[in-house]
Amino acid sequence: MPDASSPKTQIESPKTQLESPRTHLESPKAPLEFKSASLTIPALRFFSNDLAVIEATLRGKIAQATEFFRDSPVMMDLQLLNEQHQSVDVEALVGLLRALGMVPVGLRGGSDAQNRAALTLGIFRHSAPSGAPSEIKIPGAEPSPELLDKSALAAEKSQENRVVTQPVRSGQRVYASGDLTVTATVSAGAEIMAEGNIHVYGSLRGRALAGVQGDINSRIFCMDLQAELISIAGIYKLRDDIPGDVQHKPAHISLDNELIIIRGL
Amino acid sequence: MARIIVVTSGKGGVGKTTSSAAISMGLALRGHKTVVIDFDVGLRNLDLIMGCERRVVYDLVNVINGEATLNQALIKDKRCSELFILPASQTRDKDALSIEGVGKILEDLAKDFEYIVCDSPAGIERGATMAMYFADDAIVVTNPEVSSVRDSDRMLGILASKSRRAETAEEPIREYLLLTRYNPERVEQGEMLSVEDVQEILSLQLLGVVPESKAILNASNSGTPVILDTDSDAGQAYSDIVARYLGEDKPQRFIVKEKQGLFKKLFGGK
Ligand SMILES: Nc1ncnc2c1ncn2[C@@H]1O[C@H](COP(=O)(O)OP(=O)(O)OP(=O)(O)O)[C@@H](O)[C@H]1O
Ligand SMILES: [Mg+2]
Repeated sequence: MPDASSPKTQIESPKTQLESPRTHLESPKAPLEFKSASLTIPALRFFSNDLAVIEATLRGKIAQATEFFRDSPVMMDLQLLNEQHQSVDVEALVGLLRALGMVPVGLRGGSDAQNRAALTLGIFRHSAPSGAPSEIKIPGAEPSPELLDKSALAAEKSQENRVVTQPVRSGQRVYASGDLTVTATVSAGAEIMAEGNIHVYGSLRGRALAGVQGDINSRIFCMDLQAELISIAGIYKLRDDIPGDVQHKPAHISLDNELIIIRGL
Repeated sequence: MARIIVVTSGKGGVGKTTSSAAISMGLALRGHKTVVIDFDVGLRNLDLIMGCERRVVYDLVNVINGEATLNQALIKDKRCSELFILPASQTRDKDALSIEGVGKILEDLAKDFEYIVCDSPAGIERGATMAMYFADDAIVVTNPEVSSVRDSDRMLGILASKSRRAETAEEPIREYLLLTRYNPERVEQGEMLSVEDVQEILSLQLLGVVPESKAILNASNSGTPVILDTDSDAGQAYSDIVARYLGEDKPQRFIVKEKQGLFKKLFGGK
């Protein structure tokens, strides 16, 4: 376990127990059955809603224990932030955690709007307050309809394209689980991420990360390449590595043999 | 329906209070009943710029706490009967501002006023988030320098996500750029960003450019919003800004170095 005493983000473990229903389906020939299972996952309690600070803190922690965090499921705990009326964009937060290689699976202490946002990202709401010992028991023979709905929703939404028509400003993050199209500028200090392709019909001055779940065939297209960073499936180039002759021009960015290729459009 | 205008910036000291005073006076002079609210709790200075500091009895926080009514706290401007000032508290701390309290005050003011101008503190501290939460329009005050422009960009991001309009998915806040302390000579010498540079970065509708001007210091020393100094460049710039805000088509001014200045230089005038 890495040291969890950072003032900005605290990782608690083991705290949260997920327990599924204990009952079997009746028919012996049933193609599936529900078995009881429980797992312990770390909860991430946030004390700051500044995504840049959260990112820096987490990167520090990950550097200390890379294996521990790789593909690690986490419960996002927003209770403290909401008590302090610090709102946080759940979508951006999830995007950040995913970009860092974590697998956010649940949210607790969220507002209604945050819970809804999480739901559309396929993340369930854990209703137990974070202070109390937190254990969810789902009673009865059937999985709660709430959970069923949520997983159906998650499957449906898991590949959603997004179109953003407003400028993406410094400090903002946008995440799409499918393709992302921005019809305005992406400012320096902004970050756009997509599991699929990225299209920017304006100046791209911030960071653009396509194929963030590892799709090496995803691409970035933009009308004016001034990016601080471009990345496809985790392979990136910083501004200084981008040749001057392709900057300030329309560009088509793809991956070839683990190499970023930038062509004119 | 009243329109709530928040005057905001990322960086401090860029000219928000100067602009709030001028714009609210400008709207009132055109016959629109206007109130200007100081949200800079703890650093009261709108009342100084408006020249009403000696008439402050109650403030915003008193009204929120129910210690005074709005009518007791509102100060009627002596120069223009359509203008009222709601001062900030010098002594209270910012936590006295609550969403519910501020929301209630704005709702009450909206019954009587056409425009509610909110002079916000810089950045995203409590007073600033309160002022922008309820806004219909935002005037983002920016100086022509990189750090101010970058902070304005961040501010615009926050406006887009943390306002009532964003939360209720209504039509978003209308955002305008007010570029102030502009000095065409320094722009020419490459010491300051040009209007085009700033617009290219922020892609925002330009409400107007206010030149760096001595008239501002005179105005604040005498407690007179600079828009009343109709001979001054800054006063005229703010008049144009109010006109453009109200939908009039006014060509931009004060962007290039004044020709007169060149003549004066050539022929050794003052
Ligand atoms: N166009 C201008 N020309 C010259 N000086 C100006 C101009 N605009 C503002 N100033 C000066 O800049 C200083 C800051 O102005 P002001 O108080 O309006 O800024 P502010 O954004 O309200 O600051 P704060 O963030 O502290 O509330 C004042 O001294 C003011 O006189
Ligand atoms: Mg001020």
